[in-house]
Parts: sequence; C-alpha cells; structure tokens
Amino acid sequence: MSDMTVTSRRLPDRLDTPLKSALKSWESLLVLVALAIFLANSFASPYFLNAWSLSDLTFNFTEKGLIALAMALVIITGEIDLSVASIIALASTLMGLALQYGADTPTLVAVGIGVGLLCGAFNGLLVTGLKLPSIVVTIGTMSLFRGVAFIILGDQSFKGYPKDFAWFGQGYVRWVISFELVLFLVAACIFHVLLHHTNFGRRIFAIGNNATAARFSGVRVERIKFVLFCLTGLMSGVAAVLLTARLGSTRPSIAQGFELDVVTMVVLGGVSILGGAGSIIGVVIAAFIIGLVTFGLGLLNVPGIVMTIFTGSLLIVVIALPILWTMWKERRA
Amino acid sequence: MNRLLKSREPWLALAILAVLVLVTIRFPRFAQPGNLLTIFNDTSILMMLALGQMAVILTRSIDLSMASNMALTGMLVALANAALPEIPVPLLIAGCVTVGGALGAFNGVLVWKLDIPPIVVTLGTLTIFRGLAFVVSGGTWVNAAQMSQDFIQLQRGSFLGLPILSWFAIVVAILVYVLMTRTPLGRAFYAIGVNPVAAVYTGINVGRTKFLAFVLSGAVSGLAGYLYVSKYVIASTESAGGYELTIIAACVIGGVSIAGGIGTVAGALLGALFLGVVNNALPVIGVSPFWQMAIAGAAILLAVVLNASTERSKGRVILKQAEGMP
Repeated sequence: MSDMTVTSRRLPDRLDTPLKSALKSWESLLVLVALAIFLANSFASPYFLNAWSLSDLTFNFTEKGLIALAMALVIITGEIDLSVASIIALASTLMGLALQYGADTPTLVAVGIGVGLLCGAFNGLLVTGLKLPSIVVTIGTMSLFRGVAFIILGDQSFKGYPKDFAWFGQGYVRWVISFELVLFLVAACIFHVLLHHTNFGRRIFAIGNNATAARFSGVRVERIKFVLFCLTGLMSGVAAVLLTARLGSTRPSIAQGFELDVVTMVVLGGVSILGGAGSIIGVVIAAFIIGLVTFGLGLLNVPGIVMTIFTGSLLIVVIALPILWTMWKERRA
Repeated sequence: MNRLLKSREPWLALAILAVLVLVTIRFPRFAQPGNLLTIFNDTSILMMLALGQMAVILTRSIDLSMASNMALTGMLVALANAALPEIPVPLLIAGCVTVGGALGAFNGVLVWKLDIPPIVVTLGTLTIFRGLAFVVSGGTWVNAAQMSQDFIQLQRGSFLGLPILSWFAIVVAILVYVLMTRTPLGRAFYAIGVNPVAAVYTGINVGRTKFLAFVLSGAVSGLAGYLYVSKYVIASTESAGGYELTIIAACVIGGVSIAGGIGTVAGALLGALFLGVVNNALPVIGVSPFWQMAIAGAAILLAVVLNASTERSKGRVILKQAEGMP
C-alpha cells in the first residue's frame, strides 16, 4: 500500500540535533513504555521491587530474546522464520535422545546447537536455493520439525538431565545475575555490532530496502539470507539448550507458540515487518517490556492466557499510535 | 487439455485418489461410501476456513487470527446457549457470523485505515481473541450437559443423505465460488493480488477490498466457531489451538499463492480434503497419529515447491518488471 501513495515531504530547514532525534526515536518511546510498566508494576505489587523478583523476571524473555536477535536480522532482509519454536522442540528431543545413549553435558549442548544449526540450514536452503517464500517454507518446517519430535517422543517425555547441564538454565553467574541473562546481553552486544557496525550489517539493510538494487551492487543476497537462516537456527538451538536445562525435561510440545512471541518482540522493537529498518537496541528493550508485562501480571495472579491480551494489544497499540499521530499531524498541517 | 494438465487441481485430486487407493488396497473397508462421507464431513470446517483464508491471501494479506476468532465466537455462542437455551439456533448462527465478521472487520480496519501490515495485525488479534475467550468464560468449559439438544443436533441432522455440517461447507463453497468468479468484488481480490498498482488505476479501492476480505474470513471463522463447538460438544479456550496454520497449510497445498492473486475455490477445497484424507488414513493403516504433523509439514513443503515451479512458467514478460516499482 505505502509504495503507491505519493506523500509530499517537506524538507526541514535544519536537521534535528543528534540528541533531539534520539529522543524522538522509536527506542526512546519503548524506554518510556518500559519505565511506565516498571512503575505500574512497582505500585501494583509489593513483591515486585526485589532483586530476586527482578532476576526471575529475566527468565521470562531470555530464551525468546536470544532468538529475537537473530530473527530481527532475518526480518530486516524481508524474510521471516516461523519454525523457531519447532526447532527448539526438535533440538530438545534429540538432546533427550542423546541422553538416553549416555551423552555427557558438553555432548548434549553440542547436539542442541548442532541440530538448531542444521534445521536453520534446511530452511535457508529451501528459501534461497529453491527461491521459495520463507513464510510458507517455515510454516511447513514448523510442522515438520515438531512433527519429527512427536514421532520420536509421542506422549512420552525425556527426563533426568545431569546436574551440571541444569546450570545453563538455572545457574547464576554471580548473586542474582543468571547465566541466561548474561548470555542474552553478550549476544545482544555481538548482534548490535554485527548489524550496525559491519559491512555485513549494511548489506542486511540493503537487501531489506531493495534486494534487486543490492544484487546489482554486488551483495550476495542469497548467501547472506542463507547465513541468517542458519544463524536463527543456531540461536534456536541455544535457546533449546537453555529451556531444556531450565525445565529439566523434554516434551514434544515444548516451546509451543514461541514463534509468535519472538516475532512480537521483534516487531515491537521497531523492526519493520516489510524489511529494511530496525535496530538491535529496540529489540532488546522490547524483550524487557514483554518480560516486565508478563512477570508483573503474573505477580498479580493474572492467568497466562489473559496476559496474551496485553501483549497482543501492546503490539497493535504501539504500532498504531505513531501512525495515528502522523495522520493527526498531517490533518492539522 | 494442456491447460488442464498444467493446473493444480487435477493433480491434487489424483494425489487424494492415490492415497485413497493405496489405503483401500490394504484395508478395503476404507473406501466404503459411508467412510468417505465421514471424511468429507470431518473436513467440512477446514474447507470453509480455507476458503475464507484464500480470499485474504489473494489480496496479498494473511489472517492468522481465524482459529482464535473461532474459539472466541464458539465460546460466546456456547455461553449464550447455556444461559438462554430458548434462543433458536438459526438466530445463534446468524449471531456467530455477525460477531465473527465484526472481529474480522476489526482486523480489516487496522489494515485499511492505519496501513499496518496484516501479519502484524492478525498476530496481535490472534492472542487478543483467544485471551478474550478465556475472559468471557472465566477459564471454564461449556460442556454437552449445558448445551441445548437443538444446538448439538442441528448439524447432525441429514438432508439428501448428507449431514447438515457437510451442507454448510457445500453452501459456503458455492457462495464463495460465485463471489470469486461472478462478482466485481471477487475479481478485485484477484486484481489486487496480481498487481495492486494496476488495481488502483482501474478504480479499485485496495484498502476497502482488503477490509472486505477480512470481513469474509472473519464471518467464516464465526460460522466455523459454532460448528466446531457443536461438533465436538465442548467449548474451551483452547478450541482449535494452532489451527490457524493448518488453514494456511490447506491453502498452500491447494495451490493458493502466498504472494497473492493465484488460487481457486476448487484448489483450496482439495487442499483441505487432502489433509483430511491423510489424517483419516493414518490410523487406518496403523500409523501413530503422532505422524500427522510431520506428514502435513512435508506436504506443505512439497506443495510450495510445486507451486513455485508452476508460477514461474506462468505468463510472459512483455514489459520488463513494471510491477512493484513505486
């Protein structure tokens, strides 16, 4: 739609100062939303402002957030990966299977991450090799990957993961700082540098804005997309390790519905679903917002399914508000 | 003849037939007319939903909220029936279609007036609608004992040897077929999907047409909401969980292009039937139902590979890639 309407743009006499444009950015809006929810939570529940509560809060989003970092890059190139939750299910199931054959902790981790990488490569191959639309491919593999997990496990579950394996999902690096949180923050820094400070990152934006022009300027579009699908698979594998370690068991229905939460995080973070725009900082703040909302409502004994009303509305409202705002300003002008 | 061979529907029909024949060779009772009618009846709801989804996909949009819409309208109609059993069922059905259509209109308005990408809008309403189903029911179930006999039995009645549920699917299919092939609105769905810029120049209001596609998919979801609840005689928040992707899978298998503009009523129906036949055949040949999901996934991937190869050879480039340019 937007590519058809010719909007008249007035050039400003002078550009905003860096500080002013930073304040007007999507990320600052997100920070405001996050602060508002944080304050609301502090007033709503006496149990909220407590180091351990806040630490527990982070477990709500670290696994999904890790995938969201990679998913952001995929969505910026104009593709999408809906199979991430199913990759978790398959990776977790195969880790459980490896456990039955007496695998030790390093092997389990390697299996989880390796399976994730392979699943991602499979997606990437179908999307870039056969030039298929990623939304359909990953709806298919979403069904396929989890389907294989169901074939292996049926209605059974794998349990009895070793103690040192559980540390990945339950361990603390220091005081209340969990391993999951540290891993998420480190990964966020790496992805930030990758997307915003490397040639590779510039190429991702170039593909998202105009894949044809990018190809003509020498960007290997297919190869980059393939790498990004592998990366998303890899991060899903990492998330599978963390989630399995945290829950201590594997069922084929593990991580059901994660894919939509991850996409919500990415879009809420200001990444354009049409591709070409977005930032890692936005995604990280959005991850915190989702964590704050779900944890705060949880403290108030709001059932999980009702929380989804809040996250769903948050997604639509946060996207709609700036659009309404510009429409209102244009009408006045 | 050549055109017939190139189109998707005969091949899909053959694939369904092949599955039927293969299963029947080992289990002759499978192909009995009664069993085939049961499969058709079991797939009726999916067929209707696939048609609604097709209208949306044709316009280059997607509706991820259909299953949640079903859960919400199904819950509302079950609660209404439990509270006031004297309301006649046809009136309840009309209410379902209206409520479902209104929920679809909510999606449509956001897409039309605010220009938010459909996948984002329906991702949001996917969670909102299902959450509301929990809120209106307080998390409880409405079970058979609370529903009136009319409410449960209506779709089980039979007419000309077919259950009423199947007739619902047939009537919806005919209506959508007429809409798609005989009305300006139906042609507008295709026009937008093939080339939205050209559609604007021919005087089609793209936003409004998308809006109407969402109203259609919502209304169908509402109807399906009642049928689902009265078929399984239970209304719960989790009704039809994850079904949104099965609906899209049926469309894709039926040759509806996710890029918009390509798809037929017959294709979508056959895509849904294929899933229905496979799901029914698995337990018969002794394969655990846990294989269903993986097989559906493989079928989707196979279908999309086939779709891509037929779409690529389609049409002739007269002017070099004019479409999509701003």
